[in-house]
Parts: sequence; structure tokens; C-alpha cells
Amino acid sequence: MRARVTQKLAFGITWAAGIITVLVLVYIIGYVIATGWRAITPDFLFRPPSEGGISTAIVGTIYIVVLTIAIATPLGIGAAIYLTEYATENWITRLVRYGIETLAGVPSIVFGLFGFALFALSLLGTRCLLAGALTLACLVLPTMIRASEEAIKAVPVSIREASLALGATRWQTIRHAVMPAALPGVMTAIILSIGRTVEETACLYVAMGINPLNMPISPLSGGTTLSLHLYYLAMEVPFTIEPMFMEKAMGTGVVLILIIIIINSLTHWISSRYAARMIR
Amino acid sequence: MEPKIETKSLSFYYGVKQALRNVTLAIKEHQITALIGPSGCGKSTFLRCLNRMNETIPKTRMEGEVLLDGKNIYSPGEDMVEVRKRVGMVFQQPNPFPKSIFGNVIFGPTMLGINHKARLEGIAERSLRAAALWDEVKDDWKKKSGVSLSGGQQQRLCIARVLAVNPEVILMDEPCSALDPLATLKIEELMQQLKMQYTIVVVTHNMQQAARVSDWTGFFLMGEMVEYGPTKVIFTNPQDRRTEDYITGRFG
Amino acid sequence: MSRYLVDKAGRRLVFLAALVAILILLLIALFTFKEGLPAFLKIGFVKFIFGTKWSVAGGEFGILPFILASIYVTLGALLLSVPLGVSCAIFLAEVAPHRAREIVRPTVELLVGIPSVVYGLVGMLVVVPRMGDSLLAAIIVLTVMVLPTIISISEDSLRAVPHGYKEGALALGATHWQAIWHVMLPQARSGIATAVILGMGRAIGETMAMIMVIGNSIIIPTSPLSPARTLTGTLAMELGYASPGSLHWSALFATGVVLFILILALNSIAFIQRREGEG
Repeated sequence: MRARVTQKLAFGITWAAGIITVLVLVYIIGYVIATGWRAITPDFLFRPPSEGGISTAIVGTIYIVVLTIAIATPLGIGAAIYLTEYATENWITRLVRYGIETLAGVPSIVFGLFGFALFALSLLGTRCLLAGALTLACLVLPTMIRASEEAIKAVPVSIREASLALGATRWQTIRHAVMPAALPGVMTAIILSIGRTVEETACLYVAMGINPLNMPISPLSGGTTLSLHLYYLAMEVPFTIEPMFMEKAMGTGVVLILIIIIINSLTHWISSRYAARMIR
Repeated sequence: MEPKIETKSLSFYYGVKQALRNVTLAIKEHQITALIGPSGCGKSTFLRCLNRMNETIPKTRMEGEVLLDGKNIYSPGEDMVEVRKRVGMVFQQPNPFPKSIFGNVIFGPTMLGINHKARLEGIAERSLRAAALWDEVKDDWKKKSGVSLSGGQQQRLCIARVLAVNPEVILMDEPCSALDPLATLKIEELMQQLKMQYTIVVVTHNMQQAARVSDWTGFFLMGEMVEYGPTKVIFTNPQDRRTEDYITGRFG
Repeated sequence: MSRYLVDKAGRRLVFLAALVAILILLLIALFTFKEGLPAFLKIGFVKFIFGTKWSVAGGEFGILPFILASIYVTLGALLLSVPLGVSCAIFLAEVAPHRAREIVRPTVELLVGIPSVVYGLVGMLVVVPRMGDSLLAAIIVLTVMVLPTIISISEDSLRAVPHGYKEGALALGATHWQAIWHVMLPQARSGIATAVILGMGRAIGETMAMIMVIGNSIIIPTSPLSPARTLTGTLAMELGYASPGSLHWSALFATGVVLFILILALNSIAFIQRREGEG
């Protein structure tokens, strides 16, 4: 009957959609690995770009991640605690939520614009890692807040009640009963934010600039990250300086993809391992 | 004899809905008082008024007084946190923290400021013994998570946790409803032992349990306390018709 | 007792942390507006938005070419990614057997995490050789980037449809597909609309991948194969060269303001959409 034929056709299309999605991913990752794996040598990983490697980018990425997370985590978790434990339905709360939602939608280039003007030029006087990290912390804040909020909300009300009934104050309940229980979720929030930091390019490009040769020592020095370096290799480096720029760019891409896969797996592992812990 | 904890004309409102009507009830020290009644009659709400736990729920209102040793626990100068220490609560669903057994028991004392290790261990062992759980957990109480115990053990852990802050009154909100018959029996035995040191108020929907375990019983219906007296009297010779109907199972 | 002081202090601290989010938003708005205002005043709002010439040397700054490029690329990407994405969402929510779902779902999650520069790079090496640096190349790359957003939000909306609706349809003799098409999709409509709007936001805001495949010529694109430059591309490429305080500098910030407002408008629409969908 006609309805069945339509259904077969429709389901066929959805299957095709699913398959296409998977194929696209496989193609992209496959292409990057196939073109880039040859570039991955110990020299590549441990030597600076002046010698054909990406060590400055790797160190720069770690530097940026540490700085950004250090700034964003206390602010993000603090805001999440306020929203779940203390906030009542008033205009301030609504304003805060509006602020977070809106901030989440602002494109990274606009953050870069802002960070460049405020942090790099006005505050610090120069484009540098710290300017990039401050900018990135602003960008990553909504992610950190949202994910932390979910983690804290997931802690059952009974835990709070048990703690209060034992004579603990509000703050003690949050600090000693709720937060320890929310820990796996908060760790997920942090790892998600790390992932976001690593893949971010546009805002760092503007707020920090690319300094491919500089091995960062202080937060006020310039530097580069893996994704910035990939862009640099693909678009900016002169052929004469780095003839193998495409392969190196692909190699950088491989490293980036590996990091993302590790981060994704970590998130899943934490969720599944600790979900069991809370079940009663 | 002075009642340990009593209410005078206690009324309670969730928003506009009145959940308790003018309840006056005196609970005697070192006795087990059971509160029975059909679901929704207000007995749990009443219980939560006794340790100011209802204040965690927004949009509620209370009228009347709750006196602990003669002093109103709701008067402005009273320390809410101190009240909760003196009047402890065990909940219907066991709710141990995802910490070790030891960590669970010493939570209360730690929050109150005790952090001397040996002292904490002493308190914890005493409490676990008093809750009849010590022998079962003493080998790995510092490593084993409170959440990994059986339902009955978890509830005894929650009782130990309350004992560790040295309360005077222990409130129990249907403590056995999530447990199997064997675990229930253990808790009931425990209650009998505990009453010698503490005052116990237990809410239960299981009439047989109330008859078995308690010395005094109060029957609640639609927010009112209909009848209150010695358990034997309530169950064999109730004064109020409604009490009799409930006891004999005509409703609820 | 000191416990109570800690309690009070803790409460104040987290409140301050929550205010930071609003603070940042305000700062961004203030800063971009402040730096961009001279351009609006000197060039004139209408002339700025609809001007077709952007020349640093000549001192003329009109952003119509960029606006058009951004719009074309976004619409093109949505045109391709919405049908594909919604179909895939239906697949994940209703059609896929457990095994298939276990493969496709993590795939979508992984796609979200891949940095935009990697997409741009693959686009440079795979798409551009076939059609040159062009709008079309950008559309193809952007489609892939926006796809995961459309898929995951649409899937969530489909899953949120109450079981009762679907079962009611089936009990009346509808085929599975008829239930999906006539009952579930309409129900999930507002959620899918949200997905589309959020995808639009992502598309307009995309920077690096666009720069890498779109050619960056400051012209009004007339065909899908012509190169162009997006609003975001201009910002990224020229901010490094503009001298602070110059008209060029201000024009760039004014461009940022336009972007900011565009995104704000989109997000507000999405927000209202979601509210109405839940009501």
C-alpha cells in the first residue's frame, strides 16, 4: 500500500542521512591522518618551527589551557553554585541567565575584538598569552557555568536535606556535601571547557596574535597554539621558510584531532564511571 | 513530667493550602511516639516543623509555637542550626552521602567544628555501635562507600550519622517504608534500644508497626490531630469515631 | 560563631561570580560600541551598512559586500544542512537500530569538537581545487560545520515529543513514518526552529574556516563561484593592521557592532521560540 512505500522511501532517506554524516567524519579525519601522519616525528613534536617542528605550539596550547581554565573555573563554578543554590526568581537572576545565554551565542571573533581592545591594548599593553587567556576565559565561561550547573543540579535534594538536618549551615552543605557529590560532573565541565579552549582560533588570532617562534616563558610573552599554528602554516608562512607547510599543517591537524578524541573519551569515561556511583 | 518537645496551636500553610490545623501535642521524653494517619494527613509536615526543616521549602507559613524543653525553637533569637543538632531526623529514603561510612558518620561533628582525629573516630565508633551497625562495617568503614551498603544498612548508617551529633530528640519519617521486613525488624529493635537515651517521634503509615513499637500514638486526619494517647488505649479503645474507623481499616 | 561568617561570605562570593557574566556582556557591548561609534558618526549609519566600497587606502568604508557574503554563505549552508541534519536527527531518534545509533551519535559529538581550522584546511585541499576560492566552497565547508548543531538539537526535540502522541497515532493505524511525519515533526517544530536559528548563529560567526576557502576579495558576490569576504573575515584579517583610533579601526569595530547586534537578534528570536515551544 502506498503508505508503506512512502515509509520505505522516507526511511531510506534517513538512513542515507545517517550514513552520509558518518562518512563525512570518517573522510575528514581520514584525510587529515592520511596526509599528516608522515609529518609526525619526534623532531616535529619537540623542535620549534625554526627547525621545522611545532614544540612552541604545543607548549603554547598547554600554557593557554592552564591560564584560561584557572581563570574560568572559579568564576564558572561560583556562578553555577549561586544559580542552583541561592538564586530566587527575581530580576537579577533573570538578568544573569540572560547574560549567560547571550554570551554563549557571541561569535568568537567578537570576543577577539573585545579582548584585543580591552586586555591586550588597554590593560596589558601588548598582545600576549595572558590577553588571549583572559579573552578565552570570557568565551568559555558560559560553557563552564552551564555544565557545572547541570552537575550540581543532578545532586539529589536528599543529600542537602540530610546535611541540613544534621545541623550544617547552607554554605557547609554546599561545600562538604553537595560539591563532593557533584565532582564528576564538574570535572566533565572542566574537560569540556578544555576542549573548547583547544579548538578556539579566531579570538586568539586577534587578541593574542601569532608568534610562532617564541617559546612562552611568562604570561606576558607572545606565542602560538596548535590551531593558530595550523592556520599560520596553511595561510601565512612563506613558502621559502617552510616548503613543507601543507604536510606540517596536516600533521598539526592530526595532533589536534587526537587531543579532541582523548578529551571526548575522557568525558564519556567520567560520566559512565561515576553515574553508577550515585545510583541507589 | 515536662514534655520534651511540644507544639501549641500549630498551623502550617503551603502557599494558600492549609496542611496543619491548630495542632497541640506534647511529646514525652524517653518514649516512642508514633504519628499515624492516611496519606496527605499532614503527619510528615508536622514532623518537619519540629526541627525547622520546613524552612527549606519556599512559600510556606507557620503559626503557633514549637517548644523544646519549654523554649520556642522559632523565636527570632534561636539558632536554627543548633535546633537541628538537638532534634535529628532520619528520612524515608536512606540518603547516605557518597562518602565512606566513616565520612558519613563524622559529617555532623565535623560541621560543628570537631576535627581531632582520635575524637572523631571515637564518636564514630560509638554511634555505629549504638546504631547496631558497627560489627558489620568495622573492617573497612574508612574505605567502603556509604552508598554501597544494603538498604537496611544504609538506614542504620543514617541513624548512626544522626547519633553522632548527640541529639536529644530523633525524628523518623517512615524510616522503614523503603526496607524489607527483616531490615524493618532490625530498625524497630534499634528504636526500642534508642528510646532509653533519646526521645523518638516516628511517622508511619503502617499501623501494626505503630502498635508494636510505640508507647504513645497520635492520629492525624486532614491536618488535624484527632486523638492522642497511650498506644494501647488508641488501638483497643479509641475515643473518637474517626480514629476507630481508621484503626479498623474502614479507610486509608 | 565563625561558621556563620563563612556562610555569609560564601554567599556573597558566588553572587559576585554570577554577576561577572553580566559584567562581561556589558563590557563587550560598551567597548565595541564605544570604539565603533566614530565610524557610524563620520560615515553615517546608512552609508556604512549599504556602502559597497571598502578601501583602507581610500578611507571609504561600506560593508555591504561583507553583509551579502555572510548572508549568502549562511543561507546556502542552512539550505544544505537543515534537510540533511533533520533527516539524520529522525534517523537517530526513530529509525536507527541500537548498533547504528552507537556509531552515529559519537560521530556527531566528534564533529562538534573538530577545530574550525581543520575544517578549513580540508576545505582548502579538497573543495577549493574543484571550484576555486568561492562562496560555494565556503557553503560546503560551513554546511559540514553547522550539521552537528542541527542534528543534536533536532534529535533532542524529537525525543522530547511525549510518547503518547506517537503511540496514539500508531494505535489509529498509522505507519511509523506517518506518525513521525504527521505527529512528531509538527510537535518538534519549535525545537527544530531553535536548532536552525542556533545553526544560523554559528554560521554567521564562523571566521577562520571562511577565510581559508572563500577568497577574501572585497567584491559583491554575483555568482556562487565568485570569491568574497565575510564580516568575520574582515575583522580577523584587518584588526592587526589598523592603527588604534583611526577611522579604519573604528570602522572595524563598527563591523563588530553589526555582527554583535545580528547575533543578539538571532539569539533573542531563538529564546522566544523556545519559550513559546515550551508553553
